[in-house]
Amino acid sequence: MTARMDKRFADLAAEGRPALVTYFMGGDPDYASSLEIMKALPKAGSDVIELGMPFSDPMADGPAIQVAGQRALAGGQTLAKTIQMARDFRKEDDATPIVLMGYYNPIYIYGVDRFLDDALEAGIDGLIVVDLPPEMDDELCIPALAKGINFIRLATPTTDEKRLPAVLKNTSGFVYYVSMNGITGSALPDPSLIGGAVGRIKAHTRLPVCVGFGVKTAEHARAIGASADGVVVGTAIVNQIASSLTADGKASAATVAGVETLVMSLASGVRASRLAAAE
Amino acid sequence: MNQSPNLNSYREGPDEDGRFGIFGGRFVAETLMPLILELQAEWDKAKTDPAFQAELKHLGAHYIGRPSPLYYAERLTQHLGGAKIYFKREELNHTGSHKINNCIGQILLAKRMGKTRIIAETGAGQHGVASATVAARFGFPCVVYMGATDVERQAPNVFRMKLLGAEVKPVTAGSGTLKDAMNEALRDWVTNVDDTYYLIGTAAGPHPYPELVRDFQAVIGTEAREQLLEAEGRLPDMVIAAVGGGSNAIGIFHPFLDDKNVQIVGVEAGGKGLDGELHCASLTAGSPGVLHGNRTYLLQDADGQIKEGHSISAGLDYPGIGPEHAWLHQIGRAEYVPIMDDEALEAFQLLTKLEGIIPALEPSHAIAEVIKRAPKMGKDQIILMNLSGRGDKDIFTVGKILGMEL
Repeated sequence: MTARMDKRFADLAAEGRPALVTYFMGGDPDYASSLEIMKALPKAGSDVIELGMPFSDPMADGPAIQVAGQRALAGGQTLAKTIQMARDFRKEDDATPIVLMGYYNPIYIYGVDRFLDDALEAGIDGLIVVDLPPEMDDELCIPALAKGINFIRLATPTTDEKRLPAVLKNTSGFVYYVSMNGITGSALPDPSLIGGAVGRIKAHTRLPVCVGFGVKTAEHARAIGASADGVVVGTAIVNQIASSLTADGKASAATVAGVETLVMSLASGVRASRLAAAE
Repeated sequence: MNQSPNLNSYREGPDEDGRFGIFGGRFVAETLMPLILELQAEWDKAKTDPAFQAELKHLGAHYIGRPSPLYYAERLTQHLGGAKIYFKREELNHTGSHKINNCIGQILLAKRMGKTRIIAETGAGQHGVASATVAARFGFPCVVYMGATDVERQAPNVFRMKLLGAEVKPVTAGSGTLKDAMNEALRDWVTNVDDTYYLIGTAAGPHPYPELVRDFQAVIGTEAREQLLEAEGRLPDMVIAAVGGGSNAIGIFHPFLDDKNVQIVGVEAGGKGLDGELHCASLTAGSPGVLHGNRTYLLQDADGQIKEGHSISAGLDYPGIGPEHAWLHQIGRAEYVPIMDDEALEAFQLLTKLEGIIPALEPSHAIAEVIKRAPKMGKDQIILMNLSGRGDKDIFTVGKILGMEL
């Protein structure tokens, strides 16, 4: 649903602070624990949730998210269950936007129309599908927009001025600026360069620009949040989950609690960012 | 988009979006899109540039050893008692297989584009060796991604690559085989976009790779067509080739696609049989999906997760196939059939004993299909088969299965 996303960013703009966008892998390490993690995210200060759809061959992800996907698949996660997770979450939270993030093949096999209907009904607000560039918009982007689901596009440092309008054309909800060329979980680039890049994108669009790749701490979140409309954190959360698991890969008492602590810290970072910028 | 091909030709694909019917396309992360568009622009210029074509031809003749011979397999023909069997001897190429045709072409493209570093993926190691070879010849640093399982299974090729100066990076992610090596090469490419050229080894991946790899391999079919016309004064009745990703097959098929009376047969790895999980027959037992930049037939489960392929031949165990084969299969211009591990192994031994040629296990699958078909055909009929690689690399695998000490 596009309204929930637009309202969330409008409210944050009025509040004068950037969004904290948190990613986790649906079904990692099991459905029940993963749903608990999802429910804990907004309570800990996350404004937008990216719900990862596991895929056997995640070509743009680093080792942390690859392994998280393998854990989820080993735990029996499927695309149908990931949609169900959103549906379960919506029973108690009707305000936090949910973005499904992953790769195209499981959606293609599920069936595009059926997927969009089920996603909409489950309360999903947007999609990030890594391997569908603008050249492939007929596949999913156009049908999603027609049904009222946001299609959020990645812009990268290789997206030059010439290409940017094409990338932004059918983008809605927000723009996800991937702050470096590389895979998820790589090192954080110089925050001062990010301000320029965000400005370059903003010259072409009124959509909020969220920045991700490499954000691990409250300080990173504060620094990036000073120039972006949102800060995306993924690998740090996935790593936190991995480090909490028992030796045989099961969730422990620290699994949900650890994510809560990390997200509360990151949330304090985004909440401090504009105060710092205003000084 | 999705326009139907010119009904008078099967050779005009892909369309401008890189599609063969519904197959192909450019399913890649945004980071890679500008690179793929740049590659396409350069390829469009190179394919009509006489200087590029001349250099390709020169290296083909003096470095690869082209044209490769067309060989009448007299004893195999007599043994089977049916159609006349001709082999296109790609196993005599430098580095021992058809892979070098593509590598020479792409390294010239990399040079034109001003790239300074080569990456490649490899399964059995044949493409890795061919990539390391051209990287040495042109003075590029080269990183080859290879599944950790394959590194262990294919030690001699790993050593060859290292001798040639390449860095072999074992991939432990996923199940540590070819598809994981390809994922890892794509990750490297996404990270090193400025200086790196990704030398894909088969006629698959995002557009324009399926087209350009095919065009570099089509020299096989173009030569064979001329050679056969000279030897027999006519075209073959049937062309047969083994299909993994499908580059040797599309290379020999493509120049014959519009010869309506030439039957075209691709042979997939049936492994231990299509009933179970231990095979790699993407076309005969898979379904359409999206992986590694293109829509094609894949081995996958009901949730769209990609399965592992199995074959006695490490060069055939990729769970996908080039998009042009997917299209030829769907429209029925080519027929694709599985051959089991044990049939390929028997064919391997028969050819070695009858013709004094030790074939690789990949074309041994094609030979097994020849063994099935030739006796049912008339003595005035002709089968052309692509003998795409030599079997030196496979003697350890075969020895182990036959219980011989090496």
